[in-house]
Amino acid sequence: MGHILVKDVRKEYVERRGARRRMNSDPDLRSGNHLPVLDGIDLEFANGELVCILGPSGCGKTTLARVIAGFDRPTSGTVLIDGEKVKGPSSEHIFVFQHSGLFPWMTVWENVRLGARHMKEKEEMAAKVQEHLDVVNLTGYEHLYPHQLSGGMQRRAELARALVADPEVLFMDEPFAGLDFLTRLKMREEIINMHELIQKTIVFITHDIDEALVMGDRVVVFTERPAKVRLDLKLEFPHPRDFHSYDELERLRRDVYTELGVHYAL
Amino acid sequence: MNYTRLRPYLLPVLSFAAVVAVWGIARRLSGWSPTVFPGPLDAAVGMWELIRDGSLLKHSVASLFRVTAGYYLAVAIGTPLGIVLGWWKTGQLLTNGLIQFLRPISPLAWIPLAMLWFGIGDKPAIFLIFLSSFFPLLVSTIYSVNHIRTVYFQVAANFNFTPFETITRVIFPAILPDILPALRISLGIAWLVVVAAEMIAVKSGLGYLILDSRNALRMDYVMDAMIAIGVIGICLDRVIVQLNRIKSVAWGRT
Repeated sequence: MGHILVKDVRKEYVERRGARRRMNSDPDLRSGNHLPVLDGIDLEFANGELVCILGPSGCGKTTLARVIAGFDRPTSGTVLIDGEKVKGPSSEHIFVFQHSGLFPWMTVWENVRLGARHMKEKEEMAAKVQEHLDVVNLTGYEHLYPHQLSGGMQRRAELARALVADPEVLFMDEPFAGLDFLTRLKMREEIINMHELIQKTIVFITHDIDEALVMGDRVVVFTERPAKVRLDLKLEFPHPRDFHSYDELERLRRDVYTELGVHYAL
Repeated sequence: MNYTRLRPYLLPVLSFAAVVAVWGIARRLSGWSPTVFPGPLDAAVGMWELIRDGSLLKHSVASLFRVTAGYYLAVAIGTPLGIVLGWWKTGQLLTNGLIQFLRPISPLAWIPLAMLWFGIGDKPAIFLIFLSSFFPLLVSTIYSVNHIRTVYFQVAANFNFTPFETITRVIFPAILPDILPALRISLGIAWLVVVAAEMIAVKSGLGYLILDSRNALRMDYVMDAMIAIGVIGICLDRVIVQLNRIKSVAWGRT
């Protein structure tokens, strides 16, 4: 399961300079400057789709993902996951954060174990944690703390933690930010392989056009803020994809670049 | 053992030796009587007397007891209260003004009231020590809870943490690296205040030893009590610093 329906979602932030930001707080709509971020978003993602959301930075990609995941409430409109209205954060839709969301005071093992909290059997839990650490190639690093790992390993540990929870939907908010070029390419490959293996809905936020086209089953392009859906493409090219082998993909790539205001994509 | 290995021990000893030397020379040049300005040797003789008749140990233990009681009380109340107020914004708005109002009032200003309320003995001293370390601990706990990365709370919500788990498994470990320096500083303050607290209303402790020796015009004992305060202060600090070795705190230093 993991069907997502986004119906006419609008989100306005109220600019309150210096005000504290709280979790799940509804903005006080009576005061401050209204800052429209999402302007009527309608989207539907099929179960098991890898959706890449593209858009200029600051356009509201993260906001949409946060709304779908239940961290923020939309100002108007509804979000349904598998036909049920999203009420708040839950382990059914796990978020992988832009900057590491691993708890730095816990070892890799303890962090990943958080995802298996619901399991009653201790041994089953340990087996599950180990299995997922093996999947992301972190065997042997279980007892290190996050700050002792490289950036790529930290992302993989966080991914393992999310996968152990067996969520219906996985959100990844620019999970490769701050990784070097090669690690980035390897991580793309790993996510694609993992997605083919587990067939979960993944909402993947990026500002890298090539990344979105190489990875996604579906690419959604947003406009500048307030964000609207500018393009909604279905990509049915097999993996691994490469721009030289598929003329159609190369053409799409040029279109997307043009749409986003870059005319001479290299 | 070569020089590099000995350096961390040798250099501090050198500075102490230099101070003692300057002290000795100053005493000689001053031309004052040893009753007014005892030299290092007089102090050493006095120290030996105090050690031999057991009074140094007795007074040190009395002071340490009061510091420990008052400080533990401050830690036991200040840290949990700080966590609650750091998390519960209404409570924070409610109490912040009050805290900032009470904080600058020196614990010593409370002496008359403390004596009146708690009588004579350990209680008023413990109360003053509690006051002196309570506010720094409370304020720094609130501050560090306010500055925990929001992402950690979102992760906690994502994995269905209960409020209790959020406190014990997120807030507490997240503030620990910030709290340790506060624990260290407030223990220092507690130790500063005990001497002042013991100059009133009690008949034991290093503060009392200083006051009593002054009345008896034994300046060498006064100096010995000061030395004991310094030595015990170093020891307490070393103990607290050991807490930094906890493994799950190491991330705070990166």
